Amino acid sequence: MTYSLASDPLVLAGKSFRSRLLVGTGKYETFPLMKEALERSGAEIVTVAVRRVNLDRSTESLLDYIDTSRFTLLPNTAGCYTADEAVRAACLGREAGLSEWVKLEVIGNEKTLFPDTEALLAATRTLVKDGFVVLPYTNDDPVMARKLEDAGAAAVMPLGAPIGSGMGIQNPANIRIILESVSVPVIVDAGVGTASDAAIAMELGCDAVLMNTGIAGAGDAVAMAEAMKLAVQAGRMAYKAGRIPKRLYASASSPLQGISR
Amino acid sequence: MTLAINGETRTIPAAGNIRELLGVLGIGESRVAVELNGKIIRRAEWEQMRLSDMDRVEIVQFVGGG
Repeated sequence: MTYSLASDPLVLAGKSFRSRLLVGTGKYETFPLMKEALERSGAEIVTVAVRRVNLDRSTESLLDYIDTSRFTLLPNTAGCYTADEAVRAACLGREAGLSEWVKLEVIGNEKTLFPDTEALLAATRTLVKDGFVVLPYTNDDPVMARKLEDAGAAAVMPLGAPIGSGMGIQNPANIRIILESVSVPVIVDAGVGTASDAAIAMELGCDAVLMNTGIAGAGDAVAMAEAMKLAVQAGRMAYKAGRIPKRLYASASSPLQGISR
Repeated sequence: MTLAINGETRTIPAAGNIRELLGVLGIGESRVAVELNGKIIRRAEWEQMRLSDMDRVEIVQFVGGG
């Protein structure tokens, strides 16, 4: 039977989602622009950060622009450099959002924003024990991906390239090995710069893609949001359809017989 | 009373508990989390939790992020 996207939901921790694109809510010039981009992306899961309330001016609230009946909020632990900080941020996010889901980040280096995977693993263990659904942002290391799965992570989220770099999938071979190494969903998180990057991630067999800067930083964020939606869909369908093998020489598409001379 | 709120020392009209404090500060109650002296206080306990001078209070909310 012909494959259809409609009968192929993304299942994360027992919950089904139609969209395989997860998007961030940071770096938009305005909230109305973000709102439109979120809608056009078709995403159902959006990441948010947890920060101190500004006491001195009543700034507009992000959540005035996110319809939480349509979007699932996924609080992150961005900016945390130790397991303890990340666990605390996750607990604050749970309290504010009344949900157990967390995008777990423990950063190991300011310039690359690469994860500190040792601390990430420790924080994953702690949070899983506390009942969290943990989605860890990790590097493209298949061994660590497996350890995170064993620790109870609900998915693994390897980076394609550094956060915000737009460099695309730098190590497709490792992403493929990760896909073979774990049975939880694999979500490429970070590094996607344009639609083809998202399509490549999906063609490799990834279950979903998470991005923020690739959309928010585009010249026309709303158009890029839709481009990413289409790329993720196209990549998923191509993966399921089964691509032709690559070959060095040509194979004619038109009959070789009956050519009128 | 004087409290350390989000890292700043502030003198504010007396607030008996966390719910009153949010009211005094003009902060809506939905989708915020509150920590008192390093411990997260669940919403259901906001009214029971008494505040004293020099308590450390953290009030956080969601902002845009990736």
